[in-house]
Amino acid sequence: MDQLKKILIATSAMGAMSLGSAALAADLEVTHWWTSGGEAAAVAEFAKAFNEKTDHNWVDGAIAGSGGTARPIIISRILGGDPMAATQLNHGRQAEELIEAGLMLDLTDVAEAEGWRDVVHPVSLLDSCTVDGRVYCVPVNIHSWQWLWLSHQAYADAGVDVPTNWSEFVAAAPALEAADKVPLAMGQQGWQTSGAFGVINVAIGGLDLWRKINVDKDAAAAASPEMLEVFQAFAEARSLSSGSNVQDWNLATNMVITGQAGGQIMGDWAQGEFQVAGQTAGEDYTCLPGLGVNEIISTGGDAFYFPKTDDPETTAAQKELASLMLSKEVQVAFNLKKGSLPVRGDVDLQAANDCMRKGLDILAKGNIMPSGDQLLTADTSSQIEDLLVEFWSDTSMTAEMAQERYADIIANAD
Amino acid sequence: MAGAKQPVRILRNLNAKIAALPMIATALVIFVGCTVWTIVHSFTKSRLLPKLEFVGFDQYERLWSTRRWLISIENLAYYGIGSLVFSLTIGFLLAALLDQKIRFENTFRTIILYPFALSFIVTGLVWQWILNPEFGIQHIVRSLGFESFVFDPLYTPDIVIFGVLIAGLWQGTGFIMVIMLSGLRGIDGEIWKAARIDGIPKWKTYLFIVIPMMRPTFVTALVLISAGIIKVYDLVVAQTNGGPGIASEVPAKYVYDAMFRSQNLGQGFAASTMMLLSVLVVLIPWAYLEFGGRKNGK
Repeated sequence: MDQLKKILIATSAMGAMSLGSAALAADLEVTHWWTSGGEAAAVAEFAKAFNEKTDHNWVDGAIAGSGGTARPIIISRILGGDPMAATQLNHGRQAEELIEAGLMLDLTDVAEAEGWRDVVHPVSLLDSCTVDGRVYCVPVNIHSWQWLWLSHQAYADAGVDVPTNWSEFVAAAPALEAADKVPLAMGQQGWQTSGAFGVINVAIGGLDLWRKINVDKDAAAAASPEMLEVFQAFAEARSLSSGSNVQDWNLATNMVITGQAGGQIMGDWAQGEFQVAGQTAGEDYTCLPGLGVNEIISTGGDAFYFPKTDDPETTAAQKELASLMLSKEVQVAFNLKKGSLPVRGDVDLQAANDCMRKGLDILAKGNIMPSGDQLLTADTSSQIEDLLVEFWSDTSMTAEMAQERYADIIANAD
Repeated sequence: MAGAKQPVRILRNLNAKIAALPMIATALVIFVGCTVWTIVHSFTKSRLLPKLEFVGFDQYERLWSTRRWLISIENLAYYGIGSLVFSLTIGFLLAALLDQKIRFENTFRTIILYPFALSFIVTGLVWQWILNPEFGIQHIVRSLGFESFVFDPLYTPDIVIFGVLIAGLWQGTGFIMVIMLSGLRGIDGEIWKAARIDGIPKWKTYLFIVIPMMRPTFVTALVLISAGIIKVYDLVVAQTNGGPGIASEVPAKYVYDAMFRSQNLGQGFAASTMMLLSVLVVLIPWAYLEFGGRKNGK
């Protein structure tokens, strides 16, 4: 009997021990969709810092494909009761309902202890993470869409100067075509089309028009003649990009890097690809914020959310990760690799290149706008995306026809 | 049975019935229950999470005024008709050819059935490359000297769905052939002898004697093909992802995108209810003819 007791005690002690050691070092599965060369290098900085500075382990859960592929997987895992420990999402309204349903961890205590409200710049990023005064996510970078990337080599081959704004870019297109190059590289995925549209919208139509449509949901503004100009410029972009049959954005960026294409409208994450290819801003490629017309950048970005769990150890580890992601060193290391801007105004970016400095300057001047993710519901933005994708591939659809349907969607937006 | 005491009907084969209970419960809860739940929620304005706030037929009105849905339905019709006609004819022809007591029949059968072992995702990717103008068929024919040869269905919105259809047929026809072959093998050899003695040509024997006798085989094949048509999704996702533009969208993809990309469950449920309805429209008259007719007539 005694022996039996001993065995029982021994086994339960062993059980407790193994539980204890598991509690000390939690494995946190982190899902994200950063899989291109530059992105993967950036996310490795997070993993490195987390593994080195804490006792916990970063379990990488990269999901291949763009956000459109990954987001449904992430959301259905959270809804289905199999949440990861942390996940990337674009902040804004995508996670709104998940937060309202109480599925996300409240980070307010960490945020208050570390004074996030004072360090995060612009503070609108933190506002997007805040629901009813509680903080639910960590903004990690500022991404802006409003960039036109130009290949010096392509323009040298065609014998024309590198354009400095959109109208010069359009004017230089015939020379590029004569040199057997595609003027505008564009991946055929929907989000790229609708992103480029947003950029043209602000650059050609101006910020006020954009605000009326996306913030006030003003259908009359969406049907206005100013907006028609935007659609016409978009139709122009469509004809400039014929012949670019690639799918992924980084393949399109690669066309610019290798000089097969003149330019690409893409967010600042494209910069990571130029860096991986060993190119220097200002020498091998040029970037024009706001297409060189309206120098405004949007301040959307990526944020990390932490689904709620019952395990207090995991919760503690989640909070450690949250504070680590916003710490100064990690912000610098991550954003230099990613090509995006840090969310803290108080970090030192010695190593920043030409394009990042342009971005930081614009940010310092306050020429910023909120990103579409923060304003429109997923429903409305995917309706718009469907329309733009159809427009982009169907050359028989005129700017007027597209505008009419666009105004209709805005009128029904909520 | 006359005169014998009639046993209580429900107690007949009691063991078998008890054994079937779990399956019946599953079918009721999972299929019927969830279907009803989905239909009810298709009349609500559920977004990311299901909510019972009824909005009448709003979701359906929006569905039928969305161009992407209309294109999806059209594509499904083309894909469906093409898939039915070609799977059945090609499947039957291959089976009839294999049935001529040829040598290496096993080898041929294996080769033709092989694509069926691949998932639709792999099939889609393989055919995406084959049909890619820069690497695939077009490139090969052009490098043979036909410089102006054009074959790029996946990049031409008007015919992209046929590019998908080719891949679908390549994957599924082998399986239909095997079913047809087993049907042909089930035909008694005496019938062939009798037809030969009567001097009926071979093609006539096939058309007027063998095919009518293979009715159950055709019904099986038909059900399998139809199920494949209505749920076509992964093939499109892998091969074109609905593109170029929205030219190769299909209803199942619309449902998925509405539910998870647009975070609009109500819209997704409305679309899936329409898919169910379209299945029922075909199924009910057929079931009536197939089962109802037999009870009364024959």
